[in-house]
Amino acid sequence: MYAYSEFDRAFVRDRVSQYRDQVKRRLNGSLTEDEFKPLRLMNGVYLQLHAYMLRVAIPYGSLTPMQMRQLADVADRWDKGYGHFTTRQNIQFNWPRLIDTPEILEALADVDMHAIQTSGNTIRNVTTDQFAGAALDEVADPRPYAELIRQWSTDHPEFQFLPRKFKIAITGGSDDRAVIRAHDIGLQLIEVQGRIAFKVFVGGGLGRTPIIGQQLHSELAAEDLLPYLEAVLSVYNVAGRRDNKYKARIKITVSEMGIDVFREKVEAAFERLRPAFTGQDLSVLGEIHADFESPSFLEKSQDVYFNALDSDTQFRTWVERNVNPHKHPSYASVTISLKGHGNTPGDASASQMRVMADLAERFGHEELRVSHEQNIVVPHVAQADLPEIYRQLGKHGLATANIGLVSDIIACPGMDYCALATARSIPIAQDIALRYERRESEIGDLKIKISGCINACGHHHVGHIGILGLDKAGVENYQITIGGSAGNDATIGRKMGRGFSVEELMPALDRLIDRYLALRVDPSEAFVSTVQRLGTTPFQEALYAIDKAA
Amino acid sequence: MAAIKLPVVITANDLLSGEAVYWHLSGVWSTDLTGSKVFESLEQAQASLQRVVSDAEVIGAYLAEVLEESNGLVSRHYREGFRARGPSNYCHGKQESLRQKVAV
Ligand code: HEM
Ligand code: SF4
Repeated sequence: MYAYSEFDRAFVRDRVSQYRDQVKRRLNGSLTEDEFKPLRLMNGVYLQLHAYMLRVAIPYGSLTPMQMRQLADVADRWDKGYGHFTTRQNIQFNWPRLIDTPEILEALADVDMHAIQTSGNTIRNVTTDQFAGAALDEVADPRPYAELIRQWSTDHPEFQFLPRKFKIAITGGSDDRAVIRAHDIGLQLIEVQGRIAFKVFVGGGLGRTPIIGQQLHSELAAEDLLPYLEAVLSVYNVAGRRDNKYKARIKITVSEMGIDVFREKVEAAFERLRPAFTGQDLSVLGEIHADFESPSFLEKSQDVYFNALDSDTQFRTWVERNVNPHKHPSYASVTISLKGHGNTPGDASASQMRVMADLAERFGHEELRVSHEQNIVVPHVAQADLPEIYRQLGKHGLATANIGLVSDIIACPGMDYCALATARSIPIAQDIALRYERRESEIGDLKIKISGCINACGHHHVGHIGILGLDKAGVENYQITIGGSAGNDATIGRKMGRGFSVEELMPALDRLIDRYLALRVDPSEAFVSTVQRLGTTPFQEALYAIDKAA
Repeated sequence: MAAIKLPVVITANDLLSGEAVYWHLSGVWSTDLTGSKVFESLEQAQASLQRVVSDAEVIGAYLAEVLEESNGLVSRHYREGFRARGPSNYCHGKQESLRQKVAV
C-alpha cells in the first residue's frame, strides 16, 4: 500500500485549513454561494436533493482497515450511520451538514484520505482492477502506475482547468475488469518480449454520447508513460472544445479530429515533451513499487476449506460466485457483496464497514478494495480461512452469493439523492433484486446497470441490460438497452424502443428474461452471448409483444 | 422551460443542512411542505421570491408547482415530491423526521 509522504500530508492539511476558513466565511456571509460553490466542489462537497454530499477519494479503490474504520466513524458521527460505495471506486456520504464538513475532512486527513480532485475539470481518481496485485491473470500490478499517475496529476499546474473532467483507468489483467475503454484514457498492461508496456486507448466515455475508446498506441514502453500521458493531455487541453460543455470531453475531440490525426499530434507533443522527463519519474516509480510489494503469503493447511466445500452447499455456492482465483495457489480474492436483495446497491452500514475492516485485518493482510461494481474486495486471503470469513460475513448480512447475477446491479443514486436525476434508479434495482432472488442462479451471469439520467453514472450503456430513467411529461419512464458489455469486448448496448413506466418495467424485464431462457443453447450460454449470437431482434419483439397484442 | 402552472410555493435548500425547505405562511423557512405559503398569482410569487432569494439561510430559492388536494398540499412533479418526502429507497432522511413529528 502506498504510504503518504510528509509532503502529501502537509498538502492535504493545508487544503483542509483553507477549506475550513472558506466554510467559515460562507457561514458568516462574506462569501456568496456563487463564490463558495467552486471551492466546496474542489473539496468534494456537492449539494444534492436533500442534503450536502461528500465524495471521498479512494485512490485506485485501495483501503486499509484503519481507513475503513475511520469511514465508519465518519458515518456514525456526522452522517446517518452508513456510506455509499460508488462505481468510481469512491465513497459518498449523503447527509453531512456543511458546518461539519471541515471536521470530516480533518478526520479523513488523519488516515491519509481526502476529497481533492473528486470534482472539477481535472484528472480524477485513477481507477483500476479491484483484484490488482492478486489476480491470477495479471501481467503486472497496475497500482504502482496508478499511483504514479496520481502523483503526477494531483495539482498539476497545467491540468487544473481542462476543457472537462478527465478519467483514467488501468488494468493489469488479460481480463479487463476496469472498463478501460469507457474512460478518457484506458491503459492495459501487456508484456512484450519480457518487458512491460501499455496498450493505450483514448476517447472512451459514457454519458450522453457513449463511445468505446479507440486504440492510440499498441505498445507504449512503460518508462514513457508520463511523457506520453502529458502529450495526450496537452493536445486535448488545446484542442478540446470549451465552447460547449456537452462536446468538451476528449471522446468528442478524438471523434471530430479522427484517431489518426489525434495520434500524430500526440506523437509530436511527445517528442517535444519527452526530454523534460529526465528519469525522475522513473526513480519515483521505483520507490512506489516498493510500497506495493506482495504481502508474505502464509502456508496453511487447506483441509478445512476442502471439507467445507464438500459438506456445505451454501458455502460452495458462495465460493463459486464471490471468490476469485489468486496468483498464489492456496490464496483467493473475496468479493463481499453490497447487494443484499432489497438493499441499496453499494450501501454499507458503519458496523458492516467495521466487520470488513476486522476481517481484512485478521485474514486479509490489511487490504481492502472498492470495486467499480460497488462491492468490497478482500484481495488476499488464504483459502483455509474462507469458511470462517463466510461465517462472519453471514452474521452481518454480508454473505449474499450473487456476484455477476441479476441482483448484483450497478445503480447510480438517481432521484433518491441526486439533484441532476430525471428518475429514480435505486428502487428499480431493489425491485429487480427481490423479484429475481429465487430465479437468479438459474438465469446465470447477467449484468444490469441503471442510471437515473443521461449522464450515465450507472454505466447503463455497458450493461447486458441497461436501464435509463427519464422524465416523460412528468412521469418516470425507463428506457432499455441490451447487448452492452464492459469487458474486453466492450460494446455499447442497443436502445430497444419506447420506454416503460415503473409499472410496466418489471413485466417487460420478465418477458425479456423469459425469452432469453427459451433461446439459450444451454445454461452455460450467458444472456449477453445469446444476444451476440442472435442479435437484438428477438428480444425487442419480446419487450414489445404487448404493443403488438394491444 | 414550460410555463409554470399555478399554484406555486417557494422552495430552496437550507444552507446548513442542505435540506429542502419551504417558505411558510408564518414567514419562516421550514422543512415541511405543509404550511407553505401558496401563491395563486405568478406576479406575487415572483415578487416574494425576489425578496427571499438572497436570504442568508438558504440556497437557490425557486418556485415549485403544487396541488391543493383534500388531504393537503402535494407537489405536482415527482421530483418535488421526493424533495418534500425524502429518499424513497427506505425510510430515512426527511420522512423519518416527518414521521416522528406525526407520532408525537
Ligand atoms: C450524486 C452526485 C453526482 C453527480 C452530480 C454526478 C454528475 C455527473 C455528471 C454531470 C456526469 C457527466 C459528465 C460528462 O459527461 O461530462 C457524470 C458522469 C459519471 N458519473 Fe457521476 N454524478 C454523481 C454521482 C455519481 C455516482 C454515485 C457515481 C458512481 C456510482 C458516478 C459515476 C459516474 C461515472 C462513472 C461517470 C462517467 C460517465 C462517462 O464516462 O461520461 N457518479 N456524473
Ligand atoms: S446518472 Fe444522473 S442521476 Fe445518476 S448519479 Fe449521475 S447525474 Fe445523478
